[in-house]
Amino acid sequence: MSEDRILKLDRRNGLSRRTTLKGLGAAAGLIAAPGFVRYGQAQSSAPIKIGFQCHRTGIGAAYGRWYERVTAAAAKRINDAGGINGRPLEIVIEDDGTDPKRGAEVVEKFANQHKVDLVYGTLFSHVVVGSAPAAGELKIPYYVVSEGYHVASGKLNRYCVQPGITDVKAQVRSVAPWIAGNLGKKVTLVYPDYAFGHDHRDFFEPAIKAQGGEVVAKVPIPPTETSFTRYFPQIPSDTDVIYHVMVGPAVLTFVKELGEFFGSGGPQLFGFIDSLEAVDIKSPGLEFLEGSHFWEGMPRYAQPDQPDYVTAYREAVGIDENGASTGDAKDISTAAHMFGCWETLNIIKASMEACGYRGPEDRAAMIEATEAMTEMEAGPDHPQGKKLFNGKTHQVFGEQSISQVSDGKLKVVHRTSIEDGSYEPEADYTTMSF
Amino acid sequence: MAFGPYFLLASLEGLVTAAVLSLMALGLSLVFGVMRVVNVAHGEFYMLGAVVAWWVASLLGGHPAIGFLLALVISPLVVAAIAFVAERLVLSRLHYEPEATIVATIGLLYIIQQLALTFYGPEARPVQAPFNYRISLPWFGYSAYKLSVIGFSVLMMLATWLLLTRTKIGLIMRATQFDRETAQAFGIPVGRVYAGVFALGAALAAVAAVLIVPIQQAHYLMGLDPLLLSFIVVIIGGLGSLRGTVVAAVLIGLSDGIISMFFSPTLAKMLATLLVALVLVFRPQGLFGTAAR
Repeated sequence: MSEDRILKLDRRNGLSRRTTLKGLGAAAGLIAAPGFVRYGQAQSSAPIKIGFQCHRTGIGAAYGRWYERVTAAAAKRINDAGGINGRPLEIVIEDDGTDPKRGAEVVEKFANQHKVDLVYGTLFSHVVVGSAPAAGELKIPYYVVSEGYHVASGKLNRYCVQPGITDVKAQVRSVAPWIAGNLGKKVTLVYPDYAFGHDHRDFFEPAIKAQGGEVVAKVPIPPTETSFTRYFPQIPSDTDVIYHVMVGPAVLTFVKELGEFFGSGGPQLFGFIDSLEAVDIKSPGLEFLEGSHFWEGMPRYAQPDQPDYVTAYREAVGIDENGASTGDAKDISTAAHMFGCWETLNIIKASMEACGYRGPEDRAAMIEATEAMTEMEAGPDHPQGKKLFNGKTHQVFGEQSISQVSDGKLKVVHRTSIEDGSYEPEADYTTMSF
Repeated sequence: MAFGPYFLLASLEGLVTAAVLSLMALGLSLVFGVMRVVNVAHGEFYMLGAVVAWWVASLLGGHPAIGFLLALVISPLVVAAIAFVAERLVLSRLHYEPEATIVATIGLLYIIQQLALTFYGPEARPVQAPFNYRISLPWFGYSAYKLSVIGFSVLMMLATWLLLTRTKIGLIMRATQFDRETAQAFGIPVGRVYAGVFALGAALAAVAAVLIVPIQQAHYLMGLDPLLLSFIVVIIGGLGSLRGTVVAAVLIGLSDGIISMFFSPTLAKMLATLLVALVLVFRPQGLFGTAAR
């Protein structure tokens, strides 16, 4: 038996000098072939390549579909206006399956195979956290559109930037004053029992306390739960506001059972639209949400007073006045997040032009150019609103919308200020080396 | 909330779980009892039932009750037909050998699940309840539809019991279950009986799914949890025993409702699993099962 195995091993190693030489020769010939020296000396005319890490499949697929559409629209707008430094922009898409391990592989593939200038576009926080170390090791800029707090927390590296969308900590802090002032001061939190829910739990409690309010109960719900009535008795009867951030396929059940449990006389509801991104507010079972309030990064429904540049942006990305695809009224957008792709690509363009970007040798200069940014005015490049970028934490802060469901549509009733959400920097990436 | 209403809500929730679970477990138990086949794909028949219900309800406009009632008829028939074909094409070719059928039904599980993902998609889709009435109690409100689920489930169980004990088909099934070879010797077409039982088991799972889909949503992964609970119920109740299945379903459903409300859902699952272990050690044939001959 063991002798057999040794024999087989010997045979497998039978690589003769002749075959080795043949292989080496063929490889050398391939490298010398003319196709491989493309753009070697033509740096100035070659396209700028951006690797788009896209959630085409997996739990983030609905978000990924819209991030892709917005990215295509933003890239087209930049190219129509002459590109970046006169060079066209080319988006290379790789699917990460909304999976952190695959995410890191995709970053490597972008750097080593596609040879892109930078990587961009990731949403789900676990994929960002999983991919960031790879971006740091490969020294490739990583512009995420994730709304996670991980960039501002200082746990990532100098190559990771989030300049197009406000992080969850600032979002949560910015809505707290409005909740305390308009809905009530005694709040019960209902949240999924994992990282995304824990962020809300950890940031909301101090924020509402600062407004003189309090969290009277916390109801964590296991992420795989399909029935929720059993958790509702944990909501104290003196609760003014239920703050909910449920996500996943069971969110419709959650709302329906909440309605059955409380009827019309229950506490006020405040939710994060993350629960219902890509879901029609008019779905059966969601009637109970009528009159309740939501956080929105950017309004899903066209608002009567919206500026012209917002109308132009909505037209460019292809959403109608209900926030659904212009081609299919049932294909609801992820409007509260996807504007971040549009704005981030414009910031990438501005950073590259500020540092006179030529190629990968200027990657560090590009990060420094982004770090130097501060105020961004609302306009065609920043349709969601004005923003303030913090170069130390690599995080941007913007205004948020609070909307009320009326007649099955979301109507903006309040706009928070940048100051409502901003907080003292807790990290300084500029002191880290490249 | 005071203890009384809290307990009432927990019991109601538990009874709804028990109602759906007993229908589903009955299907599983029937298939094992008559055919000696452990049907791992049972949860996927349940999922298919929900998906077909969504499909039927979404094709029809008008009052939601029409779509729901039609789904309650069509969905079990469609699922039974699929199960019938699967039994003829796969299980009968394997001559119902226990090991082979387990592997085959695991294969079926993945095939059905991935087909659902491909053609139905990863979204959870709702079916509207036939009526939306909220019973207001002084302490909390409760969905009248959920209560009707309990009632309908009891009716279905009674119908199955009558079918098994009062009809000729039931007699043939019981004869096949009692002794396959003797039944065959008396001219009972065992192969066809097996196919019929497999289809009936799948149809029961589909009925359970149609009942639950206005409460939860149709989703391609929804079959897994009920499958595990059904196995727990069937093991505790005794494989092949109708009475045992019902008693165990009520026991597991109620304890799940009450324990997960007063303590935690995880503890409820732990206790159910512990009960399975104890039953397997001290009474391997189940609480109401008869020892294998």
